[in-house]
Amino acid sequence: MRLLKLAKLTTVAMLGLTLASCSSEEDKPRNSGVYMLLDTSGTYAEELVKAEHIIRFTLSRLDATDTFAVARIDTGSFSEKDIIAKASFDDRPSAVNRQKRLFAQQVSEFVENVQPARYTDITGGLLQAVEYLNEKGTGSKTILIFSDLKEDLEAGYLRDIDVELEGFDVIALNVTKLRSDNMDPREYLSRLEDWQGRVEKTGGHWRVINDLDGLDGLL
Amino acid sequence: MSFLLAITPWPVASALLWIILVTAALYLIRTTAHNTIQAATEGLHRSFRLASKAITRSEKNLAARNREVLLAAGREAKERIIEREFDRINDTVRKELANYSSLHRALSESIDRIDRDHQDAVDVPPDPPGWVKAVKTVAKMDAKDGRAHIGEILSHIHKSLVKAHKEAMSAYHAASAKRHKSLRQMRPEWRLIQQSLSAVGKNVDSLLGRSVTIDRHMDEYEQIVAGQDRAISVLSSSSLVNFFVSAFVLAIAIGGATINFSLIARPMAEMVGGNSVIGGFQTSDIAALVIILVEISMGLFLMESLRITRLFPVIGALPDKMRVRMIYITFSILFLLAGVEAGLAYMREVLMHDELATSAILRGGTGATVATGYEWITTAAQMGMGFILPFALTFVAIPMETFVHSLRTVVGMMAISFLRLLSLLFRLFGNVSLYLGVLLKQIYDLPLFVPLWLEERTLKKAGNVGIAQRATQ
Repeated sequence: MRLLKLAKLTTVAMLGLTLASCSSEEDKPRNSGVYMLLDTSGTYAEELVKAEHIIRFTLSRLDATDTFAVARIDTGSFSEKDIIAKASFDDRPSAVNRQKRLFAQQVSEFVENVQPARYTDITGGLLQAVEYLNEKGTGSKTILIFSDLKEDLEAGYLRDIDVELEGFDVIALNVTKLRSDNMDPREYLSRLEDWQGRVEKTGGHWRVINDLDGLDGLL
Repeated sequence: MSFLLAITPWPVASALLWIILVTAALYLIRTTAHNTIQAATEGLHRSFRLASKAITRSEKNLAARNREVLLAAGREAKERIIEREFDRINDTVRKELANYSSLHRALSESIDRIDRDHQDAVDVPPDPPGWVKAVKTVAKMDAKDGRAHIGEILSHIHKSLVKAHKEAMSAYHAASAKRHKSLRQMRPEWRLIQQSLSAVGKNVDSLLGRSVTIDRHMDEYEQIVAGQDRAISVLSSSSLVNFFVSAFVLAIAIGGATINFSLIARPMAEMVGGNSVIGGFQTSDIAALVIILVEISMGLFLMESLRITRLFPVIGALPDKMRVRMIYITFSILFLLAGVEAGLAYMREVLMHDELATSAILRGGTGATVATGYEWITTAAQMGMGFILPFALTFVAIPMETFVHSLRTVVGMMAISFLRLLSLLFRLFGNVSLYLGVLLKQIYDLPLFVPLWLEERTLKKAGNVGIAQRATQ
């Protein structure tokens, strides 16, 4: 394989590196941007240990020049203050490793000291994620929502907004069933359908992963 | 199709009618059809033969060209060999026989010394006195004979003679000792002469051996110049052997370059970035490849400057001073690149440890990798390989030169074989098309068996009538 790669590389070199580098394919960024929203409301805060596992997995999958940010969902999530850790990884592998270690440490500290939020503003978090990733201009944009998807807004917060999600992958993780869902599963299903509809209505791609042992297809 | 069977109220009758009509039509145009088939197949036959002849001509031209190339390459190679043999002879003569005049002088001096010593050895020592016996007899004469006074005189004479005898003997011994000493002095001179002569003999033997080799090469060179078939056959087989051997060595070198690539591609990301891409390939990979290619190029220039290879006539034709400068420059660049590679190999190890530690943390561990204490062996081995491989790749120039030279001949031979096969195929197709014409005519005649039979019978009858009429007349 290595030999084949070498041969291919030689051919490319011979054919003219400049021409190849000028192709329109190269204009598009190849890096990935991931924004993860952590629901810290009520009892769901106890699930954050699993979220830490997912964050570490995501870190292991990201590479140089990729962007990753983790933010909490609380009463008003449309704010930079809710970002727990963020990193735009360097071009050099050694610096990337340092950034990843620091990122993991920041997340660990947050998980250890997290205080449950009274309300759950998922839409605000989603807006913040879209804004952040659009600003970074990454090639692929993924929003991970670690939540039960039960939005609970404080009075006065208006979130009846269509979030523009064209080109975004939105993945709901660990969507736990609430006590009321157990009594009436239609509530759970309608919640999922509602979110799927909102995401796909504005051009986003929706997925749900509840089996956290099978994260291979996450990114 | 059904309307064809509807020309009469009875389909069978219609079919029969059609058969008769078609057969009649085919019979009527039989000669024209045969001529057409004949013309078409002959045309094909001629075209194929023409193509075959053209290819054969091309093959001959190519063979002649290949022969010229082979002879030129063989001539050049032989000239180089002969030139090197002469260089060696020159070296031997310059180093070993340059001091022949001093050797000759030393030999002459040794011979002079031997001659002198020999002369010294030839000097005859004084003979011991011969009359001593007579004096003894006189001394023994009895005094009683009344010749007491004679006895006394003789006794004195005897004493004097004995004394003289002793002196003469001691002089004789001294002379003999001197002679022996002179003879002893001759021994190292003989040895010296023997050693000098054997050294000269060896050199002369070596020169004789080389002259035999040169004679052999000159014979082969003459055969090549004369373009003899034997020389062509030897050169062809030698070219094939060179091609395969150099291809094998080049394959090994490619393996070495691949290992080298894997050593430096990863840490190269630290310099040029880990995610930038050119033409669908990572820039770090391309940078690593470029470094390896630069090393190979430097190796080629070094070998060329050392006149080991002759791929670039411009370098070979440079003045010696410039060539030596090029040797130093290319070697320095190679040395620096080897140093860079060793550093990158070290960096690779450091990065690997870093990544392992990060992976361990991300898996939930502490991040501390287990130290066995032997990591330095891997690091040192990688650094050593990083440093040595660029120099090893330098020698790729030698098989590459052989490969390039033999490739011309081998490609020529393959092209000749291909053209020969193509020519054979065209000839085969030409013959097949000729027989195809005969076959098609036979197939054409197959449905016309009834009219042909009738025609044959009519002709036979007409022939019989003619014979009978001639017989009657």
